[in-house]
Amino acid sequence: MNNPKLHTGSAPRVSALSTNKVLRNTYALLSVTLIFSALMAAVSTMLHVGHGASLACSVGALLLIWFVLPRTAESATGIAVVFAFTGLLGFGLGPLLNFYLNTTHGAEVIATSMGGTAIIFMGLSGYVLTTQRDFSFLGGFLFAGLIVVLLASLAGIFLNMPGLWLAINAAVILIFSGFILFDTSRIINGGVTNYIIATTSIYLSIYNIFIALLHLLGFASNE
Amino acid sequence: MDWLKLGYAVLVIALIIFIFPAVRHWQKNSPKAKQGDWQAFLFPIGLIALLVVGLMWVVGR
Repeated sequence: MNNPKLHTGSAPRVSALSTNKVLRNTYALLSVTLIFSALMAAVSTMLHVGHGASLACSVGALLLIWFVLPRTAESATGIAVVFAFTGLLGFGLGPLLNFYLNTTHGAEVIATSMGGTAIIFMGLSGYVLTTQRDFSFLGGFLFAGLIVVLLASLAGIFLNMPGLWLAINAAVILIFSGFILFDTSRIINGGVTNYIIATTSIYLSIYNIFIALLHLLGFASNE
Repeated sequence: MDWLKLGYAVLVIALIIFIFPAVRHWQKNSPKAKQGDWQAFLFPIGLIALLVVGLMWVVGR
């Protein structure tokens, strides 16, 4: 999730040139890591990995972002860490994708989720880049909302309530959409100057929106 | 499957612990919203809600 060290301090004024460089590098690394993540997801789908392996991948990714990334983000090693992190999360998607692929309209649901996630990400990024508005005021609201969603998810693991899961997935889409506005505006306003950290934050938003949309569309198609 | 549920629960608890410092930081240090900021946030979020409802309707037909 969003590393505290990824969101520190108020936005210092930096030149438009260096801001554009951070933004350009962020989008370049993001696009490559998304492709890599999708490849890893395809590999794990073909290998039919189980839920245990998926959980292990999520734990591995959390350990990387928690302990390794903060120490390596200022060096070239950080790029390798981001690839390892996104690769693990992509590989962990295998069981979920296999579940949908084995249903009647599963492929359509997955494709629609990917398209919907792309529209949300590009629309929100375009909105921030066009308006140049500072959304850093959302920080407290978004992180508090994330804690509420995580606590609800914790309850949802043990309570078998489909309505609760629908509400959680809807909230995840809206909160991580807010994080895309927040993170992108922090890049263009100089609040984040490290493109490796910026890439990790935006990747997590896209990843969570995709999974939540997949669940909602899967529910809507009775899968 | 119970051990798997337990594993996911531990992961969620770890995530809560992981993001808690950021929550505290941003609760204390978030800049105040200026006039029109919340509308500027709610406008695209409302569009996304409509998009999601529309996609659910399309795949549910």
